[in-house]
Amino acid sequence: MQLTVENLHVSYGQIKALHGLGFSIVQGEIVCIIGANGAGKSTTLRAISRLVDAEKGSHMVFEGKDLLKFQPDKVVSELGISHVPEGRRLFGNLTVMENLQLATFARRDRALIKENLETVFEIFPRLLERESQLSATLSGGEQQMLAVGRAYMTGRKMMLLDEPSMGLAPLMMLSMFDALKEINRAGTTILLVEQNARLALKFAQRGYVIENGRIVLEGESRALLENPDVKKAYLGG
Amino acid sequence: MAFFLQNVINALQWGSFYALIALGYSMVYSILMLFNFTHGDIFMTGTYIGFGVATALVALATALSWSMPGWLLLVLTIIIAMFLTSILGVVVERVGYRPLREAPRASAAITGLMIGIMLEYGNLAILGTQRYNFPSIIETVTYDVGGVFFTNKKILIVGVALLLMIALHQFIHKTRWGMAMRAMSYDFQVVPLMGVSLNVIAPMTFAIGSALAAAGGILYGMAYPVLDPFMGILLGWKSFVAAILGGRGSILGAALAGFLLGFIEIFTAMVFPSTFRDLIAYSIILLILTFRPYGFFGQAHSAQLRL
Ligand SMILES: Nc1ncnc2c1ncn2[C@@H]1O[C@H](COP(=O)(O)OP(=O)(O)OP(=O)(O)O)[C@@H](O)[C@H]1O
Ligand SMILES: [Mg+2]
Repeated sequence: MQLTVENLHVSYGQIKALHGLGFSIVQGEIVCIIGANGAGKSTTLRAISRLVDAEKGSHMVFEGKDLLKFQPDKVVSELGISHVPEGRRLFGNLTVMENLQLATFARRDRALIKENLETVFEIFPRLLERESQLSATLSGGEQQMLAVGRAYMTGRKMMLLDEPSMGLAPLMMLSMFDALKEINRAGTTILLVEQNARLALKFAQRGYVIENGRIVLEGESRALLENPDVKKAYLGG
Repeated sequence: MAFFLQNVINALQWGSFYALIALGYSMVYSILMLFNFTHGDIFMTGTYIGFGVATALVALATALSWSMPGWLLLVLTIIIAMFLTSILGVVVERVGYRPLREAPRASAAITGLMIGIMLEYGNLAILGTQRYNFPSIIETVTYDVGGVFFTNKKILIVGVALLLMIALHQFIHKTRWGMAMRAMSYDFQVVPLMGVSLNVIAPMTFAIGSALAAAGGILYGMAYPVLDPFMGILLGWKSFVAAILGGRGSILGAALAGFLLGFIEIFTAMVFPSTFRDLIAYSIILLILTFRPYGFFGQAHSAQLRL
């Protein structure tokens, strides 16, 4: 297992968001977590990135290391987990290039950075065209490309994606998922969180269904797509 | 006309003090959304540190019976005092503000005020009520250009201030730390996801702001050599007003508003009796802020949503 999460509890003040959730991912896999609004999908990713605190008894191990011992920036720079947050959250006051450069802040492997940058521009040629444009002025689709490109530039072993399909036109959505497949084929593990269950299950090899902060169902994507409960609740009957 | 130009030079000099101090408020606000109310007293402490460094250097030069040129003394004093004062800034961030990063902003503001009072009375306790005089550093030369009188010190003050502001601008726009600061000013919650530690960028910002305040303090000491533990209060508050006037978190705004403040003050004093100066000057600023509550370059926006 590359990442194991067990008994994950997270609260926001009085509100309990995750109730002992658990799942695991093998290196190189594409895994998705699907669930309704407020089920706790984003919270799960935030807990892995250490942006929210996990409560006592929670257990997260990444490549044999206790993830809870790492500060948020070290989760990225030392463990190699990058996070594309919900709503993209680009630095709108920085150019496309600066957004990509900032993601390499903690890296010293110059040659590899250059190579990664070329890869990003190969996958998303649009970003190269817009290199010196402020990221706030990009279209929604371009912003999503930059959000993924930026996460790629951190030197990731695993990428956490929070609803990358949000706000994208169908065609753009497909090409985005093609790009993610390509990134995965080159060796990056992908943990995807989506409300768009059909899309996510077609893309991922395995899936988990989350309800009220708990995993209620898990399995091969194909099996979940056929599962009557999943069909009823998430695939529109 | 000559009188007018002379006042322009005075306004630029006061603007330099305000701008250098205002930058520190603005930088810290832009990355942490925090008004650092210790900053005026960091300016005061920086001035005293500058005084100590300059005095020590003069004593050292005398002991070595070497007549150190004034410019070298000034450069050394500024560099060493900026460095030492930046350490104070880092300590204030670490001890005063970092534990309160998740706390309500009012707690941080009150803590900042208290640390400021501690610096003032710490100074009084250690150095006593005796007033110290800033060493002259550079000999005053007065020029007369077509009836406009000005001193070499005034030119130097404005020049050094501008130089430091240009250096800050380059730092913010040309280095990766500067880039991280700019990113933080836009959305500080996402910055750690770039592998950037807030615990590097935040102290660095305090360090730079404090160093600039120290430079301002030394320049101030050159013009007004009598030091006072409470000298940071009024200058601090006025510079804070400049930072607000420039637009919360706007670096360029803080610098420009600092100079504007200098101009408003000096030119009010040109027209009205000097006891009316601040009353009228700050009424004008209040009026400006009524129409531009976010200042010149401030934005109502902020991308500070929760992740
Ligand atoms: N910052 C916060 N403060 C308080 N409660 C929060 C906060 N963020 C999330 N919650 C609550 O935690 C629960 C899980 O939220 P989360 O954002 O993880 O859901 P989600 O599955 O990502 O939903 P969506 O599909 O709408 O993005 C919800 O009940 C939500 O209201
Ligand atoms: Mg969400």
